[in-house]
Amino acid sequence: MNLTLKVWRQEGPQAPGRFETYAARDIEADMSFLEMLDIVNEGIILAGGDPIAFDHDCREGICGMCGLVIDGLAHGPRQCTTCQLYMRNFRDGDTITVEPWRVRAFPVVKDLVVDRGALDRIIAAGGYVSAGTGSAPDANGTLIPKPDADAAFDAAVCIGCGACAAACPNGSAMLFTAAKVSHLSHLPQGQPERYARVVRMVERMDEEGFGGCTNHGECAGVCPAKIDMGVIARLNRDLLVATLKGGG
Amino acid sequence: MTEVMQTPRIKRMTAAPAWGESDAQPDGHVPPGPIHEKWQKHRFAMKLLNPANRRKYTVVVVGSGLAGGGAAAALGELGYNVKCFCYQDSPRRAHSIAAQGGINAAKNYRNDGDSVYRLFYDTVKGGDFRAREANVHRLAELSLNIIDQCVAVGVPFAREYGGLLDTRSFGGAQVARTFYARGQTGQQLLLGVYQALERQIERGAVTMYGRHEMLDLVLVDGVARGVVARDLVTGAIEPHAADAVVLCTGGYGNVYNLSTYARGANATAVWRAHKRGALFANPCFVQIHPTCIPVKGDYQSKLTLMSESVRNDGRCWVPVKPGDTRAPGAIPEAERDYYLERMYPSFGNLAPRDIASRAAKRVCDEGRGVGPGGLGVYLDLGDAIRRLGEDVIRARYGNLMEMYEDITGENPYRVPMRIFPAVHYTMGGLWVDYNLMSNVPGLFVGGEANFSDHGANRLGASALMQGLADGYFVLPATVPDYLARAGSVPLSTDHPAFRTATAEVEDRARRLLGIHGSRTVSAFHRDLGKLMWDHCGMARHDAGLREALARIPELREAFWRDVRVPGEGGELNQELEKAGRVADFLELAELIVTDALHRTESCGGHFREESQTPEGEALRDDAHFSYVAAWRHNADGPPVLLKEPLVFENVPLAVRSYK
Ligand SMILES: Cc1cc2nc3c(=O)[nH]c(=O)nc-3n(C[C@H](O)[C@H](O)[C@H](O)COP(=O)(O)OP(=O)(O)OC[C@H]3O[C@@H](n4cnc5c(N)ncnc54)[C@H](O)[C@@H]3O)c2cc1C
Ligand code: FES
Repeated sequence: MNLTLKVWRQEGPQAPGRFETYAARDIEADMSFLEMLDIVNEGIILAGGDPIAFDHDCREGICGMCGLVIDGLAHGPRQCTTCQLYMRNFRDGDTITVEPWRVRAFPVVKDLVVDRGALDRIIAAGGYVSAGTGSAPDANGTLIPKPDADAAFDAAVCIGCGACAAACPNGSAMLFTAAKVSHLSHLPQGQPERYARVVRMVERMDEEGFGGCTNHGECAGVCPAKIDMGVIARLNRDLLVATLKGGG
Repeated sequence: MTEVMQTPRIKRMTAAPAWGESDAQPDGHVPPGPIHEKWQKHRFAMKLLNPANRRKYTVVVVGSGLAGGGAAAALGELGYNVKCFCYQDSPRRAHSIAAQGGINAAKNYRNDGDSVYRLFYDTVKGGDFRAREANVHRLAELSLNIIDQCVAVGVPFAREYGGLLDTRSFGGAQVARTFYARGQTGQQLLLGVYQALERQIERGAVTMYGRHEMLDLVLVDGVARGVVARDLVTGAIEPHAADAVVLCTGGYGNVYNLSTYARGANATAVWRAHKRGALFANPCFVQIHPTCIPVKGDYQSKLTLMSESVRNDGRCWVPVKPGDTRAPGAIPEAERDYYLERMYPSFGNLAPRDIASRAAKRVCDEGRGVGPGGLGVYLDLGDAIRRLGEDVIRARYGNLMEMYEDITGENPYRVPMRIFPAVHYTMGGLWVDYNLMSNVPGLFVGGEANFSDHGANRLGASALMQGLADGYFVLPATVPDYLARAGSVPLSTDHPAFRTATAEVEDRARRLLGIHGSRTVSAFHRDLGKLMWDHCGMARHDAGLREALARIPELREAFWRDVRVPGEGGELNQELEKAGRVADFLELAELIVTDALHRTESCGGHFREESQTPEGEALRDDAHFSYVAAWRHNADGPPVLLKEPLVFENVPLAVRSYK
């Protein structure tokens, strides 16, 4: 199939950006979206131009490095990562718009590449269990009911891509933050720091310039890891308890 | 000397011997005593540093996967000043994240006869007797602590209804010792490591350098004292001084272009260290995984693994008749060849990877392969679905099934999956001693980047175990011991060694940008990958290897003459990043082939057609090859082979049979 791409090009964080139009020819249905971009880029290079910069690494939907807004939707129409989106989801003759995540807390680095360091800093604020290496008791010493372990796992599968913030009208990273809070609060190991954690992580999220959550639910609609909005309710409950306890 | 100038010399090499040999034997520094006491006694003999003094020591850790991230966090906890590097934007994206199936540990929670000794035994045997016994035993011992540590930091492993940890069996083992977190074990383990690392970053104990690529190792008086790294965002080339350097940069399988590795996975860190004097061990030991989604077209950028855990319930088959193009459902039972069950009745579909991959190649070579080009076999869950129901299968492998359907457009619950072997893991890597230190003092290597504990073939679920053993427990013990002995010797990055290395790195980038040729980096990478897959893949022979040895230098010469790298050095330039990596692959490829050529025996993943049993199984030659091949770089001639003899005092050398 032949496609037309309108791609956001921006030389650097301060530079003004603009859309450029490219033709993507002889694209096969079994190609991934990123393989299609690879082909476009090889063409640009051979024609003497500057290829489109975009982030990617594992190309199997797990590292969270890729992420493009495709026709206005974070990761495109299929609720999967951009690298797992296949061209069979498009039709011959389509015009596709490709943009970077547009979130205040994610400055553009170049073209479609953004700086998501703010997500790491939210984790650094408290998204862990403070258990030093080498001091652990036997793994079966604490029983964990399967439903709890499963609930923790369902939240822990977040890949940290930032699509939730990109989809949110407020640019909030609430789904991301709540996923980690929920993962750890379902486990006995996460209990000692449970309330201090939620307070510190939410504070950090605000400091980083993310917007507040007003329960639009756009985030869960694009999340490739299918994180459920329930994690946000859980975060809010924990935050309330923490406030009642006096800031954890 | 520049790469361009080297080319004529290397061309001459094909007529002359392809390698030199040295009588020097690298010393593995294996501690004395009975195997099960070595590590404990060795730890007790280690020198300790006063906590108040530790902050004076800087350790550079390159890599943030299970090995690097684990080591950086643990060394930070101990009080050392740690600088950790990764090329992705966040340490959480190291390729450990992609591991699916699970992690081994000899917990024997199932009471099915497992023990430290059995895990040790299985791993030595699984590696076809080409690993160092003492290291493997330590790995098996530490496997117990790993699971404890992971649970303590909140890794949500699969559990049984009673609340205990669940386990399953994995390729090459008859006990259920594999712990898992659905199909995302690597992700959950790495997030545990990442969270511990972020905690140390917040404390100021670790400084994280994301989007930084190490491009050279810096030696001062023969000792590793730092690295040169490029800030991938600004393009700045920066020196970093250290008291010790730890490389945990993963495997080099992307030499083959198409693989299950991340696109950015590279050999640059280990190759640069090799060119600075570190020995490279067993480079030809490359693991080709039996269960990957087959190649679709030239545009393909990566191959996706279907975890071999699927082989627990899936059955591999091809049609009995060559050239049978009927749809799988139209082929009756009697006309299907469940070839693994037929050839290896006791292990069946769970035969180890090297064996299962070669069996798939053999049936495809016989013209019985399925799918486009006949390069595929069926992995059929039909029986399991009929026996257990679709829901059970969905609970076990749901995410894998979805991934398969996304990629192929076929529903694996209805139509058997098609799979084919693909490059997946590298057992070879930088040579290290028992302390995981290379022959260069102060240079440590952990995880997949070292030549590791897996001999000539890695068993499933053992790489995660090794990464965490190295990262959580071995390096945080051996690096401080080295620092305590070496003492703190202040060093400024104004030292000439840093200035020379930085200038060389800058010069190389300038040269790549100045070629203005007519082919893209990716085009050269595809050519190299095809050459390596065809001549140094699942089966290797003398003539093919010699042909590769003649063609790689030609390709390298063409690269340095005709590659086109657009843009500038002082900016985010992804083509320049790729170009540097492919340039290094083009050199490493030659060493891989040389190693494969010199090892005329078959062992593990290295199958020399000249060395097989009448049934077509790998035939080891212990009399001549029971050693680690450790290669020394030689700027003025072919690489030089050093041999570390392997002695088996605990696991008797035996023919590895899975019949
Ligand atoms: C698809 C897949 C599935 C797997 N499944 C399993 C499994 O089920 N069980 C199992 O035991 N093993 C499995 N493995 C193998 C296992 O995941 C890896 O061997 C292991 O995770 C490697 O860990 P590591 O820490 O050594 O390296 P990695 O996790 O690969 O990390 C490498 C790090 O080095 C950094 N780096 C590399 N080069 C540079 C450079 N030049 N400069 C700066 N930084 C650099 C990277 O940024 C990264 O942080 C699987 C592998 C793959 C590919
Ligand atoms: S590239 Fe890793 S998730 Fe897309």
